[in-house]
Amino acid sequence: MSPVLSGILQLTALIAALALVYRPLGDYMARVYSSEKHLRPEKWIYRLIGADPDAEMRWPAYLRGILAFSLVGVLFLYLLQRMQGVLPSSLSLGFTAISPDQAFNTAASFVANTNWQSYSGEQAMGHAVQTLGLAVQNFVSAAVGMAVAIALVRGFARSRSGELGNFWADLVRGTIRILIPVSVVAAVVLVACGAIQNFAGIHDIGQLTGGTQQVNGGAVASQEAIKELGTNGGGYFNANSAHPFENPNAFTNLFEIFLILVIPFALTRTFGKLVGNVKQGYAILAAMGVIWIGFTALMMWTEYAHHGAALQAAGGAMEGKEQRFGVGASAIFGTATTLTSTGAVDSFHSSFTGLGGGLTLLSMMLGEIAPGGVGSGLYGMLVMAVIAVFIAGLMVGRTPEYLGKKIGTREIKLAACYILITPTLVLGFTALSMAMSTPPHSILNGAADSVHNSGAHGFSEVLYAFTSGANNNGSAFAGLNANTQWYNTTIGLAMLLGRFLPMVFVLALAGSLAEQTPVPETAGTLRTEKPLFAGLLVGAIIIITGLTYFPALALGPMAEGLS
Amino acid sequence: MNNSVRSTARLVVAGLRALIALTLVCGVIYPLVVTGIAQAAFHDKANGSEIKADGKSVGSERLGQTYVLDKKDKDGNPLPDPKFFQPRPSAAGPNTENTQYHLLVSGASNLAADSKVLLTGVQQRRADVAAFNGVSPAAVPVDALTASASGVDPDISPEYARLQADRVAKANHLDAEKVRKLVEDHVDGRILGFMGEERVNVLKLNIALRELAKA
Repeated sequence: MSPVLSGILQLTALIAALALVYRPLGDYMARVYSSEKHLRPEKWIYRLIGADPDAEMRWPAYLRGILAFSLVGVLFLYLLQRMQGVLPSSLSLGFTAISPDQAFNTAASFVANTNWQSYSGEQAMGHAVQTLGLAVQNFVSAAVGMAVAIALVRGFARSRSGELGNFWADLVRGTIRILIPVSVVAAVVLVACGAIQNFAGIHDIGQLTGGTQQVNGGAVASQEAIKELGTNGGGYFNANSAHPFENPNAFTNLFEIFLILVIPFALTRTFGKLVGNVKQGYAILAAMGVIWIGFTALMMWTEYAHHGAALQAAGGAMEGKEQRFGVGASAIFGTATTLTSTGAVDSFHSSFTGLGGGLTLLSMMLGEIAPGGVGSGLYGMLVMAVIAVFIAGLMVGRTPEYLGKKIGTREIKLAACYILITPTLVLGFTALSMAMSTPPHSILNGAADSVHNSGAHGFSEVLYAFTSGANNNGSAFAGLNANTQWYNTTIGLAMLLGRFLPMVFVLALAGSLAEQTPVPETAGTLRTEKPLFAGLLVGAIIIITGLTYFPALALGPMAEGLS
Repeated sequence: MNNSVRSTARLVVAGLRALIALTLVCGVIYPLVVTGIAQAAFHDKANGSEIKADGKSVGSERLGQTYVLDKKDKDGNPLPDPKFFQPRPSAAGPNTENTQYHLLVSGASNLAADSKVLLTGVQQRRADVAAFNGVSPAAVPVDALTASASGVDPDISPEYARLQADRVAKANHLDAEKVRKLVEDHVDGRILGFMGEERVNVLKLNIALRELAKA
């Protein structure tokens, strides 16, 4: 079998597996978020929080809950890392406290569902930080994203109330009923295939020719499962999902890609169920699917063609790739991880072909909506749908409606603010970093010195870092040495602003929609469940992203690809 | 004003309590349950798939290792041992932090596809591998010329293993035909026939080779 055919078959198998669970998982999640019943452990948690899970919240209250919970999350994770040095060595593995700027960066990163890592996991973080800190945020930051998506869906589904549900109930249910059960099963599957799961710490094992090799133990499989399922991406090891202990063979590789994509895709079914018309969900799914498959096909083509002088000399794009995965599976993983907010890698994007690296960048710049992060993918796509409906309305000259709600001045202002935030952060911080002259001994030292590759690729590394941060992806063109005060601080800010500012506008939009009285469907209503609308949606996404980022892309990956 | 401060404080306390409760569930119970199942059902795999030969630990099936001589080349890199099958190049750098642990550090070169450093490196490796194995430079496969993603890739391509067979046979005074057969016996196909790539686990091959040399 040729490698290309094997790549196509792997993609086909992945699509089949996703299609198989789409309906059951999507329906199950719809039931989770609309059920009237509370499980017993959930009741204990509500009592501990002191919250009434049945109390309806309007959007400001819902948002305040998110912000309070996330603020506490950042502070706790920051303190845990700063205190690592005084923890007993069975918990810290003897690692010292993380420096303030890096601890801030990492805390912001995991709470914002980004998992950008300016540290090497096996060299910095002990058991306590990994399991009590990082793994917990892997769960809850994902649950927060799903809660916001569900709140927006309720905004479409409900009328004349302005009520969006209860944040604490959505947070706890998403964690307890969806993320935990799937993660337990997934982690056991990973261990069965060879991922490690122990608390052995760092120890020596023998070598065939004598001498020893040092290896890390750790709760790796449990972390790996939620890292993919929650579209987090923060690796236990520096090499992330390329490390054989995290991703032992070609099956686990496909399985991990499946975990990345399964919730974001299935949420479109949940959306359809909750708004009472599953076809509306299919239209959103179609737009996501077309972009995902298109990008994957392009990525496989350029990686198999291995453009670039060094890859041509080697005869294949295997630099920074593992033999057990090969080019095809690595291309599928690289596309899935950047089109969602995951950022886990099974191969290193910095060594992809110029076009391949550009595609990973463009995937993130689309706003990670095809299918996007857990929750954030759906709400990002629905905001785009609002914009697409508005554009269609302009073309025919009637007031746009979506799912029976009028898209008026207030709604379109909120949607426009949403799509402006990330580009502002990405381009602003990139421009600042490139403009920075770096006097020695300055706090800014290391902005320009950090770049590992020169020329267009060096610019791409910086652009990639801020695109990854502000879009909450977390993957890197890892040539950039990001562990400097400048990058730790600015990327940390980009991650927090890129996560929580959009949520403000999404929830405000949800609140505004939930207050409306639905307008009846007429012959002139745009049929948003039809293929025509899915096509319009894809077009709107590509045009908006293209116009926003074209100049920056031309300076980086495109210049590299043409040179 | 007082009211809003109080309500904010109440909200932050609620957030803290929620975090504590969920930390207990996701950060303590969840990893312990998974570890319990893993250790009970898949003890060896959960602990790193260590391989023992003659009662001694010789490494992990999942991790690549080096097979080198005591001698070093002019750049200070240890020379490869011709008696063993050699793994892929590794770009996982020397330890820079926490040196007291001398950890095995995973990682890749992160060099770009058009990088001059990478281009020179590939050309150098092609010449080195060809000379070391006594084959033509054009015959060297891509996995022998490029550094892996993890830096501890346990596998090489069947082509690279086959290319090394004659040199290994000669260095161990073994019948070349037998070593070639050994390589073929150690080729792992794609999982279910289509997932990933064909590969040879270098450690397992070298263990079998040592057995063959002893016999």
